[in-house]
Amino acid sequence: MSHVSMKVNGKEVGGEVEGRTLLVDFLREDLKMTGTHVGCDTSQCGACVVHVDGKAVKACTIFALEAEGAEVTTIEGMANADGSLGVVQAAFQEHHGLQCGFCTPGMVMAGAALLKENPKPSEAEIRQYLEGNICRCTGYHNIVKAIMAASGQDVEPPAVAAE
Amino acid sequence: MPKDSGIGASPKRREDVRFLTGRGQYTDDININGQLYVHFLRSDMAHATINGIDTSEAEGMPGVVRVFTGADFEGVGSIPCGWQVTDRHGEPMQEPAHPVLAQGKVRHVGDPIAAVVAETYAQARDAAEALVPDLEELPAVIDMKDAVKDGTTKVHDDLTSNLCYDWGFVEENRDAVAKAMDEAAHVTTLELVNNRLVANPMEPRVAVGDYNPGTDDHTLYTTSQNPHVIRLLMGAFVLGIPEHKLRVVAPDVGGGFGTKIFHYAEEAFVTFAAKQIGRPVKWTASRSEAFMSDAHGRDHVTKIELALDAENNFTAIRTETYANMGAYLSTFAPSVPTWLHGTLMAGNYKTPLIYVNVKAVFTNTVPVDAYRGAGRPEATFQLERVIDKAARELGVDPLALRRQNFITEFPYATPVAVEYDTGDYEATLSKLEEIADISGFEARRRESEAKGKWRGLGMNCYIEACGIAPSALVGQLGARAGLYESATVRVNATGGLSVMTGSHSHGQGHETSFAQVVADMIGIDDGMVEIVHGDTSKVPMGMGTYGSRSLAVGGSAIVRATEKIIAKAKKIAAHLMEASEGDIELKDGQFTVAGTDKSVAWGDVTLAAYVPHNYPLEEIEPGLEETAFYDPANFTYPSGAYACEVEVDPETGHVTIERFAAADDFGNVVNPMIVEGQVHGGLAQGIGQALLENCSYDEDGQLISASYMDYAMPRADDVPMFDVDHSCQTPCTHNPLGVKGCGEAGAIGSPPAVVNAVIDALQSGGKNVMHIDMPLSPNRVWAAMQGA
Ligand code: FES
Ligand code: FES
Repeated sequence: MSHVSMKVNGKEVGGEVEGRTLLVDFLREDLKMTGTHVGCDTSQCGACVVHVDGKAVKACTIFALEAEGAEVTTIEGMANADGSLGVVQAAFQEHHGLQCGFCTPGMVMAGAALLKENPKPSEAEIRQYLEGNICRCTGYHNIVKAIMAASGQDVEPPAVAAE
Repeated sequence: MPKDSGIGASPKRREDVRFLTGRGQYTDDININGQLYVHFLRSDMAHATINGIDTSEAEGMPGVVRVFTGADFEGVGSIPCGWQVTDRHGEPMQEPAHPVLAQGKVRHVGDPIAAVVAETYAQARDAAEALVPDLEELPAVIDMKDAVKDGTTKVHDDLTSNLCYDWGFVEENRDAVAKAMDEAAHVTTLELVNNRLVANPMEPRVAVGDYNPGTDDHTLYTTSQNPHVIRLLMGAFVLGIPEHKLRVVAPDVGGGFGTKIFHYAEEAFVTFAAKQIGRPVKWTASRSEAFMSDAHGRDHVTKIELALDAENNFTAIRTETYANMGAYLSTFAPSVPTWLHGTLMAGNYKTPLIYVNVKAVFTNTVPVDAYRGAGRPEATFQLERVIDKAARELGVDPLALRRQNFITEFPYATPVAVEYDTGDYEATLSKLEEIADISGFEARRRESEAKGKWRGLGMNCYIEACGIAPSALVGQLGARAGLYESATVRVNATGGLSVMTGSHSHGQGHETSFAQVVADMIGIDDGMVEIVHGDTSKVPMGMGTYGSRSLAVGGSAIVRATEKIIAKAKKIAAHLMEASEGDIELKDGQFTVAGTDKSVAWGDVTLAAYVPHNYPLEEIEPGLEETAFYDPANFTYPSGAYACEVEVDPETGHVTIERFAAADDFGNVVNPMIVEGQVHGGLAQGIGQALLENCSYDEDGQLISASYMDYAMPRADDVPMFDVDHSCQTPCTHNPLGVKGCGEAGAIGSPPAVVNAVIDALQSGGKNVMHIDMPLSPNRVWAAMQGA
């Protein structure tokens, strides 16, 4: 067991971990922050994406010890200071970019990282960036729309029935 | 103006806030004080005799609390099957035992042999590696047609063969169909495979068992689409726990798509082990484990023949299918290739004679059961593919051939036992032509050609039977359960409502849409209605969510219970206003007396119900809570027409989806945003089946596609933006909401459109290819091009 410490969503945290403990397990099991999800064991689904020092990282691909001293942001840290949904989160709700919600933390974290790199991505750029994030529910249509909308680009509002 | 609440509106989903902030509560997020972890040792052989298991080393390892083997489950029941199919000869299907942990033999890669329970998950996994099973490999039965040959190794020694059943439907039509085939002006024949799939909800299965020795109460937290069904199956058949001593909770569930309907061994294991050990026991599947333990889907090998007369009218359909059951019968497995498949073979067309033969076969593979659409995609695929092939053989327009044979009058009794209540197939097809811009296709084809690509257009229709299902009917067909739904509406003193529904939401947004229904009926704000689901201790009864049944059946139960509430509330209002009950009207949350200006508010009436100082106590009881069970009179029949445009790279055989349009008739729609989302998701799954996904075994029964490295899930850049429309609405005639169900349509209707489009592209490139089996990987498309 070794001691690890890092900043998660702005708070100093620490714990005793095994060398093989993954960052995602440290978050979920030790810190009881269960917003970050595990959807696979081959680092391919993206349900576990968090930001480490500002970059999108699959939390199942790094050991907790590798994040020693890092600034980690998880889905729990994405809301605004007043508790309201952040821009990407709000766009996902507005455009129905989630159904079961399981891939959602990873999608939001990936989407936010993309917009940092590329503030006005095209549809194709969004789809390409999300290569590493699988969603089984939405068919991606509304996720793409949500990220477009979060970037300030015009998208059609969600369907409504005319009176 | 679009509405912003109630039926027909698209309010933002209330469940989203917790999911978007990391506050959802999925089963793996539940941790109980003192909990232990289990890891299963699973067979790496497809078929073997278990001579013994040496557990001694594992038992001595750090943190290990107990090791279980099949012997520990000898007095425990078999995992039951919920449906008994009767074969062509009137005999019941063959039904093997399915132990919680393997006894004597393992029958598929992934079959659990032993289980290690330890203080931490890592310790359980480490110790499982120290278990030494003595397995003697047996020949594996993999190919379905080989499996039913005489003298083949049997998957179950105590059965007479590997044939589960040989089903004929409608058996009396067998000879008449044969005669019609002989007399036809033209018969088109198509042999095809409906590829084996893995549902892959993004949340892997999880189960946590807990036991309270003080009260003898058991609790199971599980990733289920239907907690009450699990309570019944596991309690009554496997562990012998009565319902009142067993609570099953399915909290937030991360997608299901059918694979979380069924009762699984791991659920029984953790419930059993928690009591044996006296501490909670948790199991979380890894994705690799999910691939070899979640029930798979589809896996049909089919030959279909379509007979036409000289005027191109369909005169008969004959189809023969081998359907894989896998090694054991999963909960609803026998019903999928029979009653959910054969009854749909008429499709949207008036074919007078139909005969469906299905041979269900045991193999040394993971059990196969319902996956989004379940039987209906298999029916739609073969029918819509054979019609396209017939059009090509006859040199006629495939849409004209469909139109000519459309059913146009409703209700319509098909020759395969079901009666369609409503539909308008011409309306959805015309709508499709409009939204898919079919008239612009030729220009787009030329653009593709200019880029060196072959462009193809594929279209098809579909019909499905949803709103599952009338209990008396399914009882005759072999279901061992009723398929009603229940709802309890509890109105609180201050006017808010809790609605307990037996439907389960695992992505469908019931917490939002069901609230819209109730709020609309009373005329109050959606926010006053809370939807409660997923816990047998809170919801009186439930059959759960599958078969696009939640709104049609579960929603109807909610409507019935709310009607009872309103009827009672009107009695109270009449008393308060000293008027006659018959004159009371409820609108916008106000009770009024017709023709007067008297009114009382919803909240006045609900308060009176709980503070009955001025109340008709001699006539009605205080309180305002009602329960309804709704048993549907018929299935519902959503239908529609889909169009896919693809580009094929002539150099590589690589297919890209350029456009996809779907025109659906779901009857009335409560929340258009959610409905469209359901269609999008179904389309991606159908496109996944058509182009990418394949669950594959080698001849020794090794699962080749056991992770996301080898099982190709559709990703964001595999699918386009979708053009979807649900404006053609022929409301269901027999449920109070006039709704039909939308959950499965996308997955049912899209595979034939994709394949039809690829065939069209190849034909336009001068390749006379008539069929390629899914998934249409570059490899398969390229190979087909070489031969043509
Ligand atoms: S859990 Fe990290 S990529 Fe799947
Ligand atoms: S919303 Fe369910 S997996 Fe994406």
